[in-house]
Amino acid sequence: MATEAKMIREANQIATFFHSKHHDEGVAGIAEHLNKFWAPRQRRQFFDMIDAGGEGFDELVIEASATVWRPEPVAS
Amino acid sequence: MKNPMSLIREIDYGTPASTSETLVTLNVDGFEVTVPEGTSIMRASMEAGIEIPKLCATDMVEAFGSCRLCLVEIDGRNGTPSSCTTPVTPGMVVHTQTEKLKKIRRGVMELYISDHPLDCLTCAANGDCELQTQAGVVGLRSVRYNVDANHFTPKVRGESNFRYMEKDESNPYFTYDPSKCIACSRCVRACEEVQGTFALTIEGRGFESRVSAGAHESFIDSDCVSCGACVQACPTATLMEKSVVEIGIPEHSVVTTCAYCGVGCSFKAEMRGDELIRMVPFKDGKANRGHSCVKGRFAYGYASHPDRITKPMVRDSIDQPWREVSWDDAYAFVADRFASIQKTHGIDSIGGITSSRCTNEETYLVQKLVRQGFGNNNVDTCARVCHSPTGYGLGQAYGTSAGTQDFDSVEHTDVIVLIGANPTEAHPVFSSRMKKRLRAGAKLIILDPRQIALVRTPHIEAQFHLPLQPGTNVAVITAMAHVIVTEALYDEQFIRERCDWDEFEEYMEFVTDLRHSPEVVEGLSGVPSETIRGAARLYATGGNGAIYYGLGVTEHSQGSTTVMAIANLAMLTGNIGRPGVGVNPLRGQNNVQGACDMGSFPHELPGYRHISGEDVRNIFEEEWGVTLVKEPGLRIPNMLDAAVEGTFKGIYIEGEDILQSDPDTHHVAAGLAAMECVVVHDLFLNETANYAHVFLPGSTFLEKDGTFTNAERRINRVRKVMAPKNGFADWEVTMGIANAMGLNWTYTHPSEIMDEVARTTPSFAGVSYDHLDEVGSVQWPCNEKAPLGTPIMHIEGFVRGKGRFINTEYVATDERSGPRFPLLLTTGRILSQYNVGAQTRRTANVIWHEEDVLEIHPHDAEQRGINHGDLVSLASRAGETSLRADVTERVAPGVVYTTFHHPDTQVNVITTDFSDWATNCPEYKVTAVQVALATGRSNWQEEYNQQAEQSRRIEHDGELIHGD
Repeated sequence: MATEAKMIREANQIATFFHSKHHDEGVAGIAEHLNKFWAPRQRRQFFDMIDAGGEGFDELVIEASATVWRPEPVAS
Repeated sequence: MKNPMSLIREIDYGTPASTSETLVTLNVDGFEVTVPEGTSIMRASMEAGIEIPKLCATDMVEAFGSCRLCLVEIDGRNGTPSSCTTPVTPGMVVHTQTEKLKKIRRGVMELYISDHPLDCLTCAANGDCELQTQAGVVGLRSVRYNVDANHFTPKVRGESNFRYMEKDESNPYFTYDPSKCIACSRCVRACEEVQGTFALTIEGRGFESRVSAGAHESFIDSDCVSCGACVQACPTATLMEKSVVEIGIPEHSVVTTCAYCGVGCSFKAEMRGDELIRMVPFKDGKANRGHSCVKGRFAYGYASHPDRITKPMVRDSIDQPWREVSWDDAYAFVADRFASIQKTHGIDSIGGITSSRCTNEETYLVQKLVRQGFGNNNVDTCARVCHSPTGYGLGQAYGTSAGTQDFDSVEHTDVIVLIGANPTEAHPVFSSRMKKRLRAGAKLIILDPRQIALVRTPHIEAQFHLPLQPGTNVAVITAMAHVIVTEALYDEQFIRERCDWDEFEEYMEFVTDLRHSPEVVEGLSGVPSETIRGAARLYATGGNGAIYYGLGVTEHSQGSTTVMAIANLAMLTGNIGRPGVGVNPLRGQNNVQGACDMGSFPHELPGYRHISGEDVRNIFEEEWGVTLVKEPGLRIPNMLDAAVEGTFKGIYIEGEDILQSDPDTHHVAAGLAAMECVVVHDLFLNETANYAHVFLPGSTFLEKDGTFTNAERRINRVRKVMAPKNGFADWEVTMGIANAMGLNWTYTHPSEIMDEVARTTPSFAGVSYDHLDEVGSVQWPCNEKAPLGTPIMHIEGFVRGKGRFINTEYVATDERSGPRFPLLLTTGRILSQYNVGAQTRRTANVIWHEEDVLEIHPHDAEQRGINHGDLVSLASRAGETSLRADVTERVAPGVVYTTFHHPDTQVNVITTDFSDWATNCPEYKVTAVQVALATGRSNWQEEYNQQAEQSRRIEHDGELIHGD
């Protein structure tokens, strides 16, 4: 499966779980989860997609992205 | 233990210990003895140091009173009662040795010996025979009886002896020689009481009594599961390990820990020189209490299998044959390659995988190599694909990532709930302990799509079997919670005291909703609502309720959610924090608990402390003299994704066969093929090694010191009994790589590595080899507060403070059956084989399971024209393979099942990249498939075999040989 589709699926899977929480708690929960478990490489790809409009992501994921840590740019 | 160079002889007290707290004092041969009420005279005497002669008694089974050798005289009582069946009473005066008793015992012994061959000198049990010993003990000097009517001579007066039975050598590991049998029935009782299989019986009566496997079958054709309990129980050479028959009896033994499943049984490795004669379960082993299964007891032959690679090998590309090199050259090769990859592709372009098969010390070193040497957190372990959701789910709910009980706890359980676990196959020794409790009256609830053995097996029947559709765990368990809440069966006092009440109220509101009712969930799961209701009521009201679960819980898209749902159930009913209750993950591999504890995950340091915590990083930065990266590293699937994309180029894999064990084989192969330096450190040229550039030979658990941590958090010692065939223990090999990278590690013994763990990790602060040698084993947390460890967790309150109820909304997996793939495939294990089979396929265990087969319901088989034994193709959207069909009603219509022990089948060609939302644990337990008659092996199988053949060539003295 293409990286982007997989990224959307995994992020939305996480959001699905946090939909059963109160809205604010859910948003914070998603951000915390991505910060804790997603390596910078994944978050970098994530922000590439969010910055390009975030099409396909659950609305809760898009909201949470505001508090997901932006990884430092790749040192080449 | 301090002096390992003698044979450990455990005292046989004759009858099991009594657990009574009331004490009774009696007099034996003039000595006062105080023992718990219910103790037999035999045991009490032994505790006073007086050994009463005995044959049919042994403390692994209940007293039987058949041999009449253990008779005693008691003041004020008539006759000569048997001491094994007579309980002590206060003030009782016992005489174990009187003229009358001597005469009776000699007479009894004379009868036994009259029907026993006198070939002691050439007998396999010579020197280890209780009959021989007891004949000496009672002073038997002659036998007066005619031996025409006997069971041990093939001919009597020239005619064939109809009573004589040939030796049964059908089991690969032990023999049954009826001519040596004294019909004490210890084997029969061990099979019933200890193992719980009931494969053996005594056929006939009186002089015709014979031990028989099944209905006069050979052992291999009977229900025997080859656990070895009967062999251990046998006082003569009747049931005897073939290794002892072939080699002789051992001269020294060392206590160590089995390297198969997560039960972590203690064994005595009985040796003659450096040759392993047999593995005998250790009575003081707190996980197994003297029991074993076919794997730990017998299947160690892989350690000396000719397939083992003992010299390091390298190659520049995977189409070349392997080239044997020196260890130093191999280390230099790895260090150079890794350095140049990182120079070109960045710090994050390499990583490592720690092994759940290796010791704590060895996994600790691999994650240290990654964090200190590679300078990143790209380290992961095979728990990713098994119990990572347990860590996450229990961590969220209770604050720790491990099971709450010790195995002994099951002895106090009234209701066992077994979810997605098949312990008779995968955790056999614990299943025997569970079955013992069930026979004593505990109730059983099973949630499993298959009709596993425990649903109905001799003397055990589950009160409720919930045969749910694969993928509906969360729905069914939440429905059970719905019943408990709506019928007000919850333990309000417990919840008010131990849990967050506000969260509970919210949870109540969530779970009360009609969509969680058994009636609605019946439509999703296929489980009748009344069954769900009955199961919930039983768990909530039946006394001590304990949940045991396995990979059928975790290996799903909602694996972590299911673990939380289980945690909710236990809190709702107050089944946490005392003996007999709890939430107990049954861990797959010997040291998967330990690998998780030791910081093998990319987001946390040893002791489950997140890498983002500055204080924690500081501890290790000081210890290791480097600055650690605060960001989480890549998980195994991310490493493979990154490899396919070209940003991840090198990996060190210790004792792990990801090509066979991880999902979506095509993707794993593509990831490995895209790397420039794959280092495989293993016993054999495994499947992953087909894609490797460096092969570092590994050592077995018999060849090194260390510790394993089992499913009950128990840290057990692994002790070296022979020199490593490859020259080095695995920790030394990892150290070789580290030092070639300039890290200057100076460990001289694994105990120093454990000391480092204890220095840096609070839950291990009290652990040291000296302490373990002294007390045997401890369960973490082991520190100042709990110097002897922690058998049961959350006793006064939860580790995280208040227990947390978490809403567990059911979400259907995306992996659904449809017109193209109308069946659901689920996977599991079989008793005789272990995981990818690298070890067990190299033992005589293959006699029980030569190939993986596909279980399919007769209805589904008939629709497809499939007969039992036909070769069928199994296809999903990920790939296709072929295997033989087993038409059976163990699986429900619409569900098919197979094991994953053979690379030739490679069921992971079929599994997909769907995974648990929280941890990426793959959804092994649900794959939509189609099954059809096959004409031959799939294209994939043909190509794979060719590639494997090519890849395994080794250049040896200028010639090409094939490794295997």
